Amino acid sequence: MPLSIGDLIFVCFVGITFAGAIMAVSLKNIFHNALSLALTLLGTAGIFVFLHCEFLGLMQILIYAGAISIAIIFAVMLSPPLSLKPKKRSVTKVLVSLSVSTLTFVTLAYIFIRTPWPISANADAGDFSATHIGEILISRYAFAFELISIVLLVAILGALVIAHEEPGDRRLDPEISLEDERWAS
Amino acid sequence: MIYNQLTPYLLVSAVLFCAGLYGIIERRSLIGILIAAELILNAANINFLAFGRFMDVDKAIGQIYAIFVIGLAAAEVAVGLSIVIMIHRKFKSINVEKLVKLKG
Repeated sequence: MPLSIGDLIFVCFVGITFAGAIMAVSLKNIFHNALSLALTLLGTAGIFVFLHCEFLGLMQILIYAGAISIAIIFAVMLSPPLSLKPKKRSVTKVLVSLSVSTLTFVTLAYIFIRTPWPISANADAGDFSATHIGEILISRYAFAFELISIVLLVAILGALVIAHEEPGDRRLDPEISLEDERWAS
Repeated sequence: MIYNQLTPYLLVSAVLFCAGLYGIIERRSLIGILIAAELILNAANINFLAFGRFMDVDKAIGQIYAIFVIGLAAAEVAVGLSIVIMIHRKFKSINVEKLVKLKG
């Protein structure tokens, strides 16, 4: 099967996504993890474009790569200085998580490949446009649309309330020494 | 034409999901766990959009589900990060192995 130019670009985006995902969970420095997450999100935006969802790709870059990863990077500033050496990972934990995720992947891949999906004959016929999304969003899915607005409002207020610092609340737990401040990878 | 079949997209999302699963089990920092959860949400998004494109449905529905997932992810990150900040303020650490106050 000859590879077309579209295939090459698709494989590039998939490679970016995989590299970012693997670095996001394997690197020890949390700042590098956050940057790799942004890389994964950009690669995923490219995959969205291949699925004819250009609008979603743009939203992905704007909201995910723009806002969410920046918020995570802000929270990373809680971390101790990057020059401190991170703790070693425990080998058993790595082995257990690797085997669990590999087993899950094998199962999922087996299901995905073996299932005869009812793919429609002309899959690309249809209205992928943002106009159509907007029409359906405020007619058939209007309730869910309103619900997600309320969820976002409550989340913003809740985040403010939770992160609000009360005076006299600076309690240092004596059981946790400064040594534990070293970044847990 | 790899990109005109359903299975490659599903496999990509499976890899993302498993990377996130690995991260959630293995990481010890709360922010690392949040990052892994984002990976899993992205895998779900790819699946929604892929099925929306290849199945015989209205092409907007998969995208609308993906929009809802993105909105919920934003809410989740906002609340999650503020919880992380609060935990850091009280315990001076966000290592999940140190958060054993409820263990009795």
